[in-house]
Amino acid sequence: MQDVAIVSFVQSDCVRYAGAQNEVELIMPVVQAALKEAGLSSVQDVDFTCSGSCDYQQGAAFAFVAGVDALGAVPPIKESHVEMDAAWALYESWLKIQMGQAESALIYGFGKSSPGELSNVLSLQLDPYYLAPLGVDTISLAAMQARSLLEAGEVSEADLAEVVVNSRANAKNNPHAQLSGDFTVDQLLAEPEMVSPLRKHDCCPISDGAAAMVICTVEKAKAMGKPYAVIKGIDHRIETHHVTLRDLSRSPSVEIAAEKAGVHDAPVDVAEIYAPFSHQEIIVKRALGLDDSVVINPSGGVLAGHLFMASGLSRVGEVAKRIIAGEYKRGVAHATSGPCLQQNMILVLESM
Amino acid sequence: MAELAAVVGIGQTKYQTKRIDVSIAGLVREAAMNALNDAGLVWDDIDAVILGKAPDMFEGVVMPELYLTDALGCNGKPMIRVHTAGSVGGSTAIVAASHVQSGVFKRVLTVTFEKQSESNAMWALSNPQPFSPHLNAGAGGYFAPIIREYIRRSNAPYDAGIKVAVKDRLHALKNPLAHLQLKDISMEMVEASPMLWDPLRFLESCPSSDGACAMVIAHEDLVDESPGKPAWIQGAAMRSEPTMYAGREQVSPHAGRDCAKDVYAQAGITDPRKDFDCAEVYVPFSWYEPMWLENLGFAEPGKGWELTMSGATSLDEGGDIPWNCSGGVLSSNAIGASGMIRFAEAARQVRGSAEDHQVEGAKKALGHAYGGGAQFYAMWVVGSEKH
Amino acid sequence: MSLENGSATGQQVEVLSQKFTLGFTYTRSTGPIVGRFLSSLRDGKMVGVKGSDGRVIVPPVEYDPVTAEALIEFVDVADTGEVVNWCWVAKPTEHHPLSHPFAWGMIKLDGADTPILHAIDTQGDASQMKTGMKVRVRWIDQAQGNIKDIVCFEPGDSSSGNIPRHDFEEPVVMMDAPTYLDYNYTAGNATARYLHQIRKGKIVGQKAPGGEFVYVPPRGSCPATGVATTEEVECADVATVESFTIVHIPIPGNPIKPPYVVANLLADGADVSFIHLLSEVDNDAVEIGMRVKAVWKPEEEWGYAMDNIRFWKPLDTESDKGGQ
Repeated sequence: MQDVAIVSFVQSDCVRYAGAQNEVELIMPVVQAALKEAGLSSVQDVDFTCSGSCDYQQGAAFAFVAGVDALGAVPPIKESHVEMDAAWALYESWLKIQMGQAESALIYGFGKSSPGELSNVLSLQLDPYYLAPLGVDTISLAAMQARSLLEAGEVSEADLAEVVVNSRANAKNNPHAQLSGDFTVDQLLAEPEMVSPLRKHDCCPISDGAAAMVICTVEKAKAMGKPYAVIKGIDHRIETHHVTLRDLSRSPSVEIAAEKAGVHDAPVDVAEIYAPFSHQEIIVKRALGLDDSVVINPSGGVLAGHLFMASGLSRVGEVAKRIIAGEYKRGVAHATSGPCLQQNMILVLESM
Repeated sequence: MAELAAVVGIGQTKYQTKRIDVSIAGLVREAAMNALNDAGLVWDDIDAVILGKAPDMFEGVVMPELYLTDALGCNGKPMIRVHTAGSVGGSTAIVAASHVQSGVFKRVLTVTFEKQSESNAMWALSNPQPFSPHLNAGAGGYFAPIIREYIRRSNAPYDAGIKVAVKDRLHALKNPLAHLQLKDISMEMVEASPMLWDPLRFLESCPSSDGACAMVIAHEDLVDESPGKPAWIQGAAMRSEPTMYAGREQVSPHAGRDCAKDVYAQAGITDPRKDFDCAEVYVPFSWYEPMWLENLGFAEPGKGWELTMSGATSLDEGGDIPWNCSGGVLSSNAIGASGMIRFAEAARQVRGSAEDHQVEGAKKALGHAYGGGAQFYAMWVVGSEKH
Repeated sequence: MSLENGSATGQQVEVLSQKFTLGFTYTRSTGPIVGRFLSSLRDGKMVGVKGSDGRVIVPPVEYDPVTAEALIEFVDVADTGEVVNWCWVAKPTEHHPLSHPFAWGMIKLDGADTPILHAIDTQGDASQMKTGMKVRVRWIDQAQGNIKDIVCFEPGDSSSGNIPRHDFEEPVVMMDAPTYLDYNYTAGNATARYLHQIRKGKIVGQKAPGGEFVYVPPRGSCPATGVATTEEVECADVATVESFTIVHIPIPGNPIKPPYVVANLLADGADVSFIHLLSEVDNDAVEIGMRVKAVWKPEEEWGYAMDNIRFWKPLDTESDKGGQ
């Protein structure tokens, strides 16, 4: 596979309520900024465009159709959409570059979660005969996943709190973060449980916003004279939908994807993990085989701000921009979809 | 450069108003198994699954690829879910093909479906939203004024749409999978059917179906491992434009013309009417046949209806360029699958496996899908030869 | 790599929000495997299916999670079992099966190898919940062939005995799945500014700075260029019919009866048409290019909606006809 360059990444602030901004108004600024940062003047300058979003977030069919209004797609463009996190839109674009049908691509993801109740919306992801009718929600499923980890005795509640402490502290340096600050493990453990064993801070906030990225062939990036990060490996895997048939304390899909993406081929400096719940960061970190020398979620991760449908793309962008800035040489980005980390994508990014 | 890929297995369900004998998973599984069997393969032979469907509101299952992974033997493999409105069936096939053409995968399964009977099509496609007038006009109400403008411009006779409605339903009688099996179909019957969105009558509109369509797409190296003839993918293209912009050509959209030009260039098509043996084109409302004949370059602007009226697009009349030999969207419409059915039926033709609706000796065929406000396009050209 | 929310969206405006419910009573066909389980529930029995590796899976899944084989061998299991995982829901929502605090649990039924997920009722007492505790099914009085025939599980190491016994002849093949989600829709900036003008009886289109095209209604951008429509341009409540259809299907709750005309209307001063109703005209007399004017509702009924205009009707005077 050929290397693919990430030349720009922009995301909006993570805000609980974007107010009088519709999807088009959320997308336009990030798309324009991402194109500009790549030295491009419009969407007409890329060969392919792909987005990720979810109709149920706003409760109307064809949410992505409005997204096209944000682009300047006249004359018509080569464009596609996944009803998944925009990390999978990145994957589709990466395939287009691999097959030689595109040299560059714009990827964006957007989500305005504030109109609905995300936990109830996600409840409709579950088995439509046995689980969705009961109103089983994703926070409760995550809580059981956390218990499976805690009762195995390898992880303590303090370890979960530690994840949150680090996230909030790292987020102090992330201007787009929704939650940040200095906390201690003891402070957090003194908080009441929400859906036991999870406390409120163990769960990500819900945010409105959008993110955009431009990728291209390495040759094109060189010709553009822009600094870039390189996608060395990318792979994604899904597991059975039946949570009761999984060992929730492990993530075999992350293990396979990490192997295929080449995570273990060289030391890793940094990782951005898409963990909407604190304990999931621990599960993914273990499945990736990362030790404590690796910097985890320098952005604060999704516990600091969760652009549902763009958070995976943001993880990739957060690693890429740090590599581009020269802070790290080699990093891993993770995206997830579905209840209890059912589906996972792993990317390995390196410096140019 | 892109690797060569071909369709080596095709599976469909019977299309009908309600498939109450299966679950949602059972429906997609049926198409997937049929495709695997057609390709002479088992689950372990598949490297990834590419799933497509239209809005999740149809079944009320959010991101159903998560629930369907078990039915599609995808556990431990990559799964991706495409959604590009009505064109999604075509787009999904193209995304699936790119998995192989990129050289990343050797053999993939792609599946599209809609189980429309779980809810109601009109509601699922346009549930009322605040601050927006809800005129209950549906897709027919959206497209009927555009059709009226086409008729005005082209001076087409009033019954060109009726002719298409009859022709596609006659084709459907040769395809046992087609939803509508109207043995008595006639110009009189269509004309007498209730007017819904003038100038569109009930029988000039597509039905609402449950159904699924699947294909196995294999790399050139593995094509011989499947028993049937391959349908080589000679070109694939997608185009999108906004729903409403000043100066937009709605009758013959720019995006459709560009998409056709792109896919023809890839496949070496210079005169579509001559170079293709047949086409499966997304025609959910009768008048879209003459409109797409023009948009896709099979006829001069304003002359598409002449081709239709002459019988050129009819299998029964021995036309030189039969369109929608399967009966088309007018005879079966499981929305998310409808585009892929076009792509798969084009592939069946060049594989010589279209049974009673086979165009004899078909070597090259066009598969076409469109969606949204006729703004999203997906097309592919398949052939019995590699190039 | 930094950007403020809203930096490109222009003027600020009072936020307009409106609640709505996305709801439908889905009717699901169950297929033979799920249907068999639901039929059993209706008879007060629990049943599992044997997986490819011999495990008894409850509730039965249609396809083996490892081999993807279609599973068909059913095995009866008990309605009692052991909690293998759980969480405590201190604040139930209206979507949950119990209105007081309860647990979700994964319960391995006696005779099963994998757990079923359902609610556990300890009368609001979290301290009773323990991994390994014994629970039993609390059955509903009137079973319907739905997962909700199990009201929940409750502490207990033997069956409650309150098992519904019916003699249904037909197996369960369908289930209702009413699904309702509440939303609070907030109009975008461009839409909100437009609606504020409509509220005052004015059609005010928008265009991008330096752009030539005026959009009515605006949706946030000039879609051709992807630039925000920050400039306002007042348009007339007089329009030209670009095209139309005569609809023969009724609009729920609308006094206008079919057949009625829905037209694509280009307001004077605008460059993109919108869809609205035409009335007070013989349907057969409607033509492309016809000139029409808005018929507004009484001012006291005006809200933030395009239906402040009841419908459009032909311009009266001969000199107004003929289009632009």
